[in-house]
Amino acid sequence: MTDKERFVPDEGLAPASTVLPAAGELDEFTKPPRSQWANVWDQFKTHKGALWGGILFLLIVVTVFLGPYVWTIDPTHIDIRARNQGPSLAHPFGTDQLGRDMLARMMAGGRTSVSVGIAAMLLALGLGSLIGVMAGFFKRLDGPLMRLTDLFLALPLLPLLLVMMMLFREPLNATFGPEQGIFILIVCAIGITSWMPTARIVRGDVLALKEREFVLAARSMGTTNTKMILRHILPNVLSPIMVSATLGIATAIITESALSFLGLGFPPDFPTWGRLLFDATDYLQQYPERVFWPGMAISLTVLSVNYLGDGLRDALDPRIRGR
Amino acid sequence: MSEQIVTARNLARHYEVKQGFLSAPATVRALSDVSFDLRPGQTLAVVGESGCGKSTLARLVTMIEEPTGGELRIKGEAVTRDHWASLRSSVQIVFQDPYGSLNPRQRISTILQEPLKINRPDMSAEERDRLAREKLALVGLRPEHYDRFPHMFSGGQRQRISIARALMLDPAILVLDEPISALDVSIQSQILNLLVELQERLGLAYLFISHDLSVVRHFCDDVIVMYLGRVVEQGPSKEVFANPRHPYTKALISATPRAVPGSGRKRIKLQGELPSPMDLIEGCPFAPRCWRVTDQCRKSRPELSGGAHGIACYNPED
Repeated sequence: MTDKERFVPDEGLAPASTVLPAAGELDEFTKPPRSQWANVWDQFKTHKGALWGGILFLLIVVTVFLGPYVWTIDPTHIDIRARNQGPSLAHPFGTDQLGRDMLARMMAGGRTSVSVGIAAMLLALGLGSLIGVMAGFFKRLDGPLMRLTDLFLALPLLPLLLVMMMLFREPLNATFGPEQGIFILIVCAIGITSWMPTARIVRGDVLALKEREFVLAARSMGTTNTKMILRHILPNVLSPIMVSATLGIATAIITESALSFLGLGFPPDFPTWGRLLFDATDYLQQYPERVFWPGMAISLTVLSVNYLGDGLRDALDPRIRGR
Repeated sequence: MSEQIVTARNLARHYEVKQGFLSAPATVRALSDVSFDLRPGQTLAVVGESGCGKSTLARLVTMIEEPTGGELRIKGEAVTRDHWASLRSSVQIVFQDPYGSLNPRQRISTILQEPLKINRPDMSAEERDRLAREKLALVGLRPEHYDRFPHMFSGGQRQRISIARALMLDPAILVLDEPISALDVSIQSQILNLLVELQERLGLAYLFISHDLSVVRHFCDDVIVMYLGRVVEQGPSKEVFANPRHPYTKALISATPRAVPGSGRKRIKLQGELPSPMDLIEGCPFAPRCWRVTDQCRKSRPELSGGAHGIACYNPED
């Protein structure tokens, strides 16, 4: 045996104690840890932009979903004598060319647009994360899945959507009713055509994470693949996923608007923000405020969601939270 | 001599590497013909330059990867995929980079309890918690560190956490994959002292992978010198350091920095590069860089021979 002398005396750090402290003593030292979510909230509060974004987004959601119970005018009620009115007490946002109340239509349209945005984002996010993690984690799946991603990226969006509408509109309408059917169709159409960037970003991050030593350490203690992905990989790719999520809501709302604008989306009498924008462009010269309202609503929603996501990403990362 | 806890015989790990669309895959011989024994309480050092297969050896012993040849026995049981689950708790690993080896999203409590959750699923949460706190104290960290995140610690503290995690399953063998080379010199000695203390108290066997020879000389009982995936010299560390016989070992030792300038022997400077592990070398892999090379060295590879202090060389230094 070689002489294992001490090299220099330990300083600063407590030496490896020869007598372990009793359990009761240990309890004295430790306060119950703060819950993770209290810490997240603390950090979130410090990000002013995120706080305001969150409040604004909440406000928009509450308005579009609960507003119709307060402002009870039917958005499809046609009052031809009151058409093209400017803002007034009876119609705060004015009326359109058929005399329908713009405020009621904005709220009804917002409900559809926000729902489509969130649902399509969730679908795209789920698909993108799943494919990204699979491709990054399992070497064998990497090639096929990434080629599939390339394939989807290469598909022209509009013809694809046209074909989807043609093929699935009738059967979906028959099963779920015209509104539900078209909602599902549009959410699927947007979700299926927008998961690719998420998948690519997630795959890249997973590839880098897989070589980190804590993943190897987990492997050496016998962590199964499922546990590895859920406990070590996914929490660490949360940041890019959050960014994709917020951008995803924004693109989904805009894509839905574009679809409605092109007449491929919801039926003409069914208001969405995109449809309102489309209807208003015909009267851009005479009544510019009618473009302003839905445009403003889309922009504000997208902006608030982006800020919200930015703050959430920071708040969920313990490294940033510690500062 | 007490019973061997790890025995490796002719351990090998070869990788197939695809080079192009049409060409046949090449074989990278990361590790060939490595044999050693490890007793409880013993420290075996593996030294060599980058790319000589040290870390590959660590991965094989910790069952992160499977050997492609040879035999590895832990506690007398052959290490095959079927036995991995039962043998895992006997071998744990501490990695080089204390910044990469802890999941930044998990608290220390979670990190320490993770091995128990996976390998002792029937253990109660209180019991896990108690054990984790106990191990945290064992490596010299304070109880209030228990609920913090890894980024709140310094490199040395993180390495202590890594050691605590490795000790959670009460292993008999710790594989230390360059555990101190990423740390400040002042912290290195603290971690080494901790490792010495732990070994004395728990009777651990260490497989200590390093390229810091001055540490190996003091810290380890036996040493394996590797070159290009093969053992070139193997023996008790005192003997190897006092009387290095393989030219490569001699060159390595002569390259160790000395505290007193001008007091040492002349430094041997090796010429040339490490050959690619993909090439099939007929003779001694060290021949292109060796100053004692003969025709025999270029024609055939010397086998490891010479008993307790073995070398793989035709023209050893005296």
